[in-house]
This record gives sequence, structure tokens and C-alpha cells, in this order.
Amino acid sequence: MARLNMVEAVNQALAQEMERDAKVVVMGEDVGRDGGVFRVTDGLIDRFGEDRVLDTPLCESGIVGMAIGMAIAGYRPVVEIQFSGFAYPAYDQLVCHASRMRNRSRGRYTVPLVVRMPFGGGIRALEHHSESMEAIFVHVPGLKVIIPSNPYEAKGLLAAAIRDPDPVVFMEPKRVYRAVRMEVPEESYVVPLGECRVAREGADVTLISWGAHVRTAGEAAERLAADHGIEAEVIDVRTLSPFDEGTVAESVAKTGRAVVVAEAPRTGGFASEIAARLMDRVILRLEAPVRRVTGFDAIPPLGRLEDYYQPDVDVVVKETIDTMEF
Amino acid sequence: MPAGTAEGGVLVPITTLASYSVQRLEVLDSEGTVDKSLMPEVSADDIRGLYRLMVETRALDVRMLKLQRQGRLGTFPQVLGQEAAHIGAASACRPADWIVPAFRESGVYLMRGVPMVSLLQYWGGDERGALVPEGARLLPVSIPVGSHMMHAVGLAWAMKRDGEDAAALTFFGDGATSAGDFHEAMNLAAVFRAPVVFVCQNNHWAISIPVRRQTATDTIAQKAVAYGMPGIQVDGNDVFAMHRAVKEGLERALAGGGPTFIEAFTYRMSDHTTSDDAKRYRPPEELEVWSARDPLSRLAAYMKLNGLLDEAEEAAFGEEADEKVAEAVAAYEALDPPPPDEVFAHLYDELPPDLAAQQTALLSRVRTGV
Repeated sequence: MARLNMVEAVNQALAQEMERDAKVVVMGEDVGRDGGVFRVTDGLIDRFGEDRVLDTPLCESGIVGMAIGMAIAGYRPVVEIQFSGFAYPAYDQLVCHASRMRNRSRGRYTVPLVVRMPFGGGIRALEHHSESMEAIFVHVPGLKVIIPSNPYEAKGLLAAAIRDPDPVVFMEPKRVYRAVRMEVPEESYVVPLGECRVAREGADVTLISWGAHVRTAGEAAERLAADHGIEAEVIDVRTLSPFDEGTVAESVAKTGRAVVVAEAPRTGGFASEIAARLMDRVILRLEAPVRRVTGFDAIPPLGRLEDYYQPDVDVVVKETIDTMEF
Repeated sequence: MPAGTAEGGVLVPITTLASYSVQRLEVLDSEGTVDKSLMPEVSADDIRGLYRLMVETRALDVRMLKLQRQGRLGTFPQVLGQEAAHIGAASACRPADWIVPAFRESGVYLMRGVPMVSLLQYWGGDERGALVPEGARLLPVSIPVGSHMMHAVGLAWAMKRDGEDAAALTFFGDGATSAGDFHEAMNLAAVFRAPVVFVCQNNHWAISIPVRRQTATDTIAQKAVAYGMPGIQVDGNDVFAMHRAVKEGLERALAGGGPTFIEAFTYRMSDHTTSDDAKRYRPPEELEVWSARDPLSRLAAYMKLNGLLDEAEEAAFGEEADEKVAEAVAAYEALDPPPPDEVFAHLYDELPPDLAAQQTALLSRVRTGV
């Protein structure tokens, strides 16, 4: 089995879905000849031609709006927004149209659209290139929000997103793009949307995360086991919307403790939503408050201060021990 | 160095790289006389059909206003005075052409087979009325200004790619031309040579803002020049001119010529919506000027001059329209209220478990009253 990084895995998913379904088209800024600024769409234009890999003018709202029309007409557009920090002009189209067309038309029209966007920090990038704003998409009824944590997940989740009949925001943790290689099956497969994944089993505490910080949580779990004799269960949320609260609640019912790890700002973030859902579901099983290890309610700093903003293994270990000792 | 300044003693000449002119199309004057050389090919039956639809659209509009004032209908945007602009435009489409309206085009919905009762139902606050007939190739009403325009571009791109002999027509107002999405949609359509006809219903008012405060250009039509597409101003109260201009645009689109921009020069004779009061900002004499250009009486005058309508028939058209509206109103008021699970019915293909739980909670609350 080939060992792929996330860029290659996403590229393979796009190519296989385009192969499988002639209605799948890729579009966005620089996705054609250039292969995308992260090279995720590399080579697709040579295989599938300019009619299926559309280099568009620079207009995020227009790109997603046009893709909505294409989707209504039976296409399955996969839009690349270059960085999630530039998705806000297109947020209008996602909130006002993509998410609502099925509802507005009483089921007459659907929008099978995927909007991919690299997000999150950790690569010492410019302003607007490091945000983790998944909560603003989760808050929109009618959208689905997917965040893969590794190459295997990315390939299967993207295939599922492209085949899904509803609009999906697919946020790719750019920090993971080339940081990890793992075995990824060559053949096409689907990781179903709407299901969390137990990435590591453990009985003492549940670490819940998504995207790049599933790895942070996993490394923290190994250290907690080795140095402190604490066995942490790690859950990869994968699908933030719709959220599989059952899997998370079941784990926390077992462990009695939960730490949510995310790099997004804390207030109004998805970590808070998970904490609230755990209150609803398992409050009598909790041995300690649900702890949120998140970014600050601050604008992500540029590279020199970035490490202070991002949760890391040390802080996850410390906060988990605090939770154990509560 | 700017052109026209001296460089090493040599004058760099100023050259004209582009110039433009703006054309206006009128076919039917306010006395009912047409310029025969510009008259589109429409049969007597077509003309009677257009007239009937315009009369019905107005009859519905007038009745809806009364219903709203009596508390029997919700807020809605009137179309009074703009019947020729949108009906004339859409009359040039064939059934395969997609139509992407804004929210002041009720005649288009009637033309595409949406029953009057559905329009009443929708504006009466029951979303089930937004369901268009299957295969109607008509999008539902879009309330946000301008952002629906790129949907027409995407639909047009898809039809072109599928090799369909069809195009997209989209409507928006003068206010939309100030929004960034207008620019993005026009530019995308032109870059992709998408078969789209853009129809701006310049009704001179965006709620309280007159068109001269919306744009500094003399016409809206000239904006097309900057996108590399043909643009024309059309007398929007002239149903024949609208039909002709849109037909030409559609033909150009199908021949591979890309998009066309049409400024329909018309007038909002009503308030913005039933929640608005134009008396707060609009000079009353303006309404008098435009009343004299009423699109319906103008078409009626033409038909009378050409033996297509007499006084008795004119009255009959009006009565039939009123009866049809009355029947629709009766049907609307006899409808059962929407069931509460309609809130969740069309959110996703499959309702996720947590949403299903919210639906169950709502239904149980409704059932038990607590």
C-alpha cells in the first residue's frame, strides 16, 4: 500500500471521484495549470481537461455562487477556496443560498456542492492564513462540516462528501498536509459522514478533537500512559455537522472525564458545544468539569508568537492531569 | 510616464483604446403605436396571451395588497407598473431556458405554471407555496439582493457544457448593480462566455434610494461595456421591446456569443413592499409622470388600434382575471396551515439524529401543548 500525505490523498480522492462521475468538476483560483497553491489539484487539468478543472477569476462569492447554479443543474462541483481566511465573501453564498436551496424550494432543488478550504495554523503563514473558524460553518443549518485528521480519513471523507446530496464544507488542516504519511489504499473508498472515530481506546479520560489536533491529543495520550499511567481515549470528531454526539457521550459515560482540544477561539467554539452536549447527556457520570483546551479569544498571531496560541502536547497533558485530579 | 507627456522631447501620443455608445430600444409608444421595423415576431394569440398574463398579474397584485392590509396576507413586494418588464422578458424564453428571478417577478411564476394559490400561500407565510412545478426550470424567490445572479451563471455554464440549446435569464433591480455580487456575476458570465441574459429592472428606487444615488453613471446599460458584453437600455414598460431585446440576447447566447445585459427602464409604482411607505421619500409628481406610461394601458391601446381588443373584451379580460384571483384567494384561505414538521422537512436529504430529536421535541410540544 502506498504511503501518502494528505495533499496526495485528497488529490487521489478528487481524481477517483472525477473518474467515477463525469458530473464532478473542480473549480477555484489557480486549481488548473498551477495545481492549486498547495498542489492539491496537481495534474487534474491534464487528466480531465479545462472543462472539468476550472481556473476561475478571483471572486470567492462568485465561484461558490456559480457552483450552486451548476449543482442545481446536476453537476457536483468541488470548489477550492485558497485559504479559509478568504472564505468570508463566499460565506454569504453558503449561508444564504447553498444551505437553503433545498428548503427554499421545498425539496425541488438540491445543492450537492463541496467547498474545500485549507484552515488552521502551524505553518508560520501571513495574516488571514491561520484561522480556525469552523464554528461559523457549524452554526449554519443545511450545511455539513467535515474536518479530516489524516490522509486516510481525508481521502474517504472527501469521497463521501462529493457523493453527498447536500452542501459540505470540507476543511483541511493545512498543518497536516505534508506533515504525516500513512498507508492509504489505492482503490476508492468512503468514510461515512456523521460518525466520530475512536482513534485510541482508554478507560480514564476522553480526549476529543478534530483536524490537526487529533495528533496532538494522540501524542498527549501516549505520554499520559507512559509517564502518568493514565489511559486516555481519543476521539476524532471528523464530522462537526451533523455531530455524532452518541459516540462522544458513550465514551465520556465510560471514562467520566472529557478534555476537548481545538485551536479555534474558545468563546462560541465547537468545543463549547461539545461541553454543552455532554452536560445534556452524561452530567451524572462526570467526575470533573468538561475542560476546553483551545486557542485564545484572540486573533491568531503571526509566526513568531504562533506557538503560544496553538494548543500543544504539554498543555494537553497538563490540563488532562488537572482534570484527573479535580 | 503618462501618455501625452513629453519624454526626451518627444510627445507620447494619446490614443483611444476603447469608446462606447449606449443604445435604447423602444417599440411601442404610449399611444399604442409601434415602430413596425422593430416589432418582434409575435402572433395575435401571443399578444392576447401576454395581455392576459399582465392583467392577471396586476389583478393578483392589487388584490394581494388589499389582503395584506386586511391582515390576510404577509409582507410582499408589489409588482405594479413592472408587468411588461418581467413578463415581456420571460416571454422570449423557451421552456428549456432557466429563469432565476429576484422577488418582483410574480408574472414569471404564473407564466411557468405556478398556480396563483401557491404565490398567495408563499407570501402568506406558508413555504409550501414555493414549490415550483417539476421541470419548470425556475428558481424560487431570492430575497437577498444580487447574490442569486451567479446561480444563473452556473446554470448557464452547465447547459452549455451539456450541449443544451438553452440559456439562463436572471432578474435583479437597480439596487443590485451597486452590490459586489453584480460585478462577480457579470464578470464570471463574460469570462466563461456563459449563455446568460441579465435583466436589470431599473424601477428607479431601491426602497428609498433613487437610482441617481445608486450609481453615478448616466445609464445602467453602459455598465456592460466594462465586462465585455453587449448592453442596451430598453423601455421596460414596452412589452414588445422587452421581448425583442431578450430574444436577441438569448439568440446571441445560444450562438456562442456569451452574455447580454439589458437595463429595463421601468418604474416601481408601488411602495418597496407592503411594509414600506414611499410617501416618506418620493415626490408625488413622479408617480403621475409614470402613470401615463403604464405598461398595461399602452398594450391595450395597441391592441385596440389593431383590432385585437375592444371595450367589451377589455372589460371581460379584467373580470376573468378578477374571478381567477377570487378563486385562488378562496383556495388559499381554505388551505390547512402548514404542519410543524415542515420546519425540518427540507433541511437535508436525510435528517441527522440530533435534528430528528429536535423535530420530535417540537412535535411533542405541539401535541401536548407544553
